Amino acid sequence: MTVHTEMSVTVTDIELVADAIKQFTLERVDGQPMPAFAPGAHIVVSMMDAGRLRRNPYSLMSSPRDPWNFRISVLRVERSRGGSVFMHDVIAVGDTLTISQPVNLFPVDILARRNLFIAGGVGITPFIPMMEVLNEKGGVFELYYSIRSRSHGAFWSEMSALYPNRVKIAVGAEGYRFDYHELLINQPLGTHLYVCGPKLMLEHIFNIARDLGWAQENLHFELFLAPPSGSPFTAKLASSGKEIVVAEHQSLLESVEEAGVDAPFLCRAGACGQCETRVLASDGEIIHNDIFLTDEERKSGTKIMPCVSRFVGVGLTIEL
Amino acid sequence: MDLKFTTETYRDDFSFRNSPEAIRRYPFPFHADSYMYAINMEDHVAGKPGTAYEHPIDVDEHYISEMADRALVLKEDPLRCQALSHMMTAQWDTLELLMIHQSIAYPDLFTLERDKDKCHWINRPLGIDDKFIFGDRSTLPYEPMEYIMRQSQGDFCIVDQRDNSLWMDAGMVTCQADWSLDFDIGMSFMEWHAPVPMAHELGIFDRALKFLMNVQQGRPARRLNWTMTVNPRLDTSPENYHKWGSEKTTVTKENIGAKLHLRCELQSFWRLPRSNALLFPIRQYLISLNDIATIPKWACRMHRVLKTIPDPLAEYKGFSRNRQLAIDFFAPFDNGQETTKGADPE
Ligand code: FES
Repeated sequence: MTVHTEMSVTVTDIELVADAIKQFTLERVDGQPMPAFAPGAHIVVSMMDAGRLRRNPYSLMSSPRDPWNFRISVLRVERSRGGSVFMHDVIAVGDTLTISQPVNLFPVDILARRNLFIAGGVGITPFIPMMEVLNEKGGVFELYYSIRSRSHGAFWSEMSALYPNRVKIAVGAEGYRFDYHELLINQPLGTHLYVCGPKLMLEHIFNIARDLGWAQENLHFELFLAPPSGSPFTAKLASSGKEIVVAEHQSLLESVEEAGVDAPFLCRAGACGQCETRVLASDGEIIHNDIFLTDEERKSGTKIMPCVSRFVGVGLTIEL
Repeated sequence: MDLKFTTETYRDDFSFRNSPEAIRRYPFPFHADSYMYAINMEDHVAGKPGTAYEHPIDVDEHYISEMADRALVLKEDPLRCQALSHMMTAQWDTLELLMIHQSIAYPDLFTLERDKDKCHWINRPLGIDDKFIFGDRSTLPYEPMEYIMRQSQGDFCIVDQRDNSLWMDAGMVTCQADWSLDFDIGMSFMEWHAPVPMAHELGIFDRALKFLMNVQQGRPARRLNWTMTVNPRLDTSPENYHKWGSEKTTVTKENIGAKLHLRCELQSFWRLPRSNALLFPIRQYLISLNDIATIPKWACRMHRVLKTIPDPLAEYKGFSRNRQLAIDFFAPFDNGQETTKGADPE
């Protein structure tokens, strides 16, 4: 049984904060305060996009001190499977959306003596409340934020003004890039590293950190991975006895939900492991897009992460 | 429900008693006729009216007496309440959660009024009426955790989540089944669970840890645990073993029905919003064998469960000495028929 902890919110403000990034302010329809949250938390926004249910995760970027609204920022991804374009083009002030309770898969380690934040693009959002809270508590942090151009990047001028010596910006269009190897090698022992941005950037930085012998416990990440599109495929759901067709711009998880079957999830980005599902039969290839399963598990072909992974072939049967 | 609070003791003359209503709402832990150790997690959703699950934070007829016993324990041993310094945000989270749940479920007993950070808390059973500023320690007579836990039934652990593990970094533990906060404080999940026999081999803790780390805000979970206690003593702590350990030898065929108690723990698991820590309320429910025997289904099942418990587990739960006496006590209630499914009294 699913416990319904979702709530209805009204969009009370929309602001274009960068070339393709809109910030949405959300308030509860019932006038109640928002649930409290810790920096790093995200919410899942449910929307009916052209008759299709979409659920997209967005980091909370509003102040944890302000109980009256939530703010999120959405990057418009052209040619995407939806969600972000819907939020940009269809949603207007006064519209109602459904959101989940905050889920925190990217918390700040309260005992860390030093925090190194690395953001790419819209990945800046979770760091905004993190810096606010650490700043109040006298915590030590630095932010390295890369953006494509000054007009593409959001909140860089606000952040630089708030924390002048602790925020560094690299603007790609101006020919500047961070040397992450150099950056990591010069960190004091025990520093905690937090990365939020695209998958390639994350992998690049984590590879460096692992090569340099950083402890796994000191590495934290939040991944922005919209479920990749691909050719449609069919899947049999063994426990519920249903057969579903996953459309080109739809994830397996979304298709399962559309069929009215309850499936567990938290991050919807292939990172947390919550949606792990057993594959009972398959004649074809599972396209593993997650970063959760081990190489061995991938090779065994017995597990799939429905939030991001797909299938090419026939006869996929999963335990749901 | 109209709650009539009883005045009773959990020590010395042990005047603790359950009313017939309290017996019927007892969270009987055995769902089937034989025993298996399992974690048995389920969603902590509101249950049927008239059960201990009706409200997520349960208040029952023993509230006032339990709080009085807690005050006595704390007076003798202040180390039963401890919080590491980084847990202050989690302390406030806990205070808020318990106040909200108690006042929503029992508006006649508790009231919480809030205007931004200004709070007004009324606890009628204990005659408390305090105004304080949320987040300002100096406006309360105790630290926030101690303040609210002196007004909430059951033990509480606040567990921090970091380094891919859980850490027992704060808590109030005055009615525990033989474990010690002072010993476990600051330990990680695997360390504080080390002593349970068999569970490590079964991989149970790895799975439990993974499950707990994924408990989400607004969606608490729960499980039941149980043990046996001689006399209705809440404080069966290792620190006080000298007071209760020897009581095990006082059980006889004649007095077992009144003396031996099943002690069920309803453990729930809550994600705290601001701190991202977890709150584990551990609520104890005591019931004498005589009281169990008033519910035919439970008495019959007790006989079968007690017979099938593996020896190491009976040893671990500390009742191997009185096990046969208890089996004999329930034998006349076992009619050989199949019992109905589930733990409900009928
Ligand atoms: S929901 Fe997190 S990995 Fe799929």
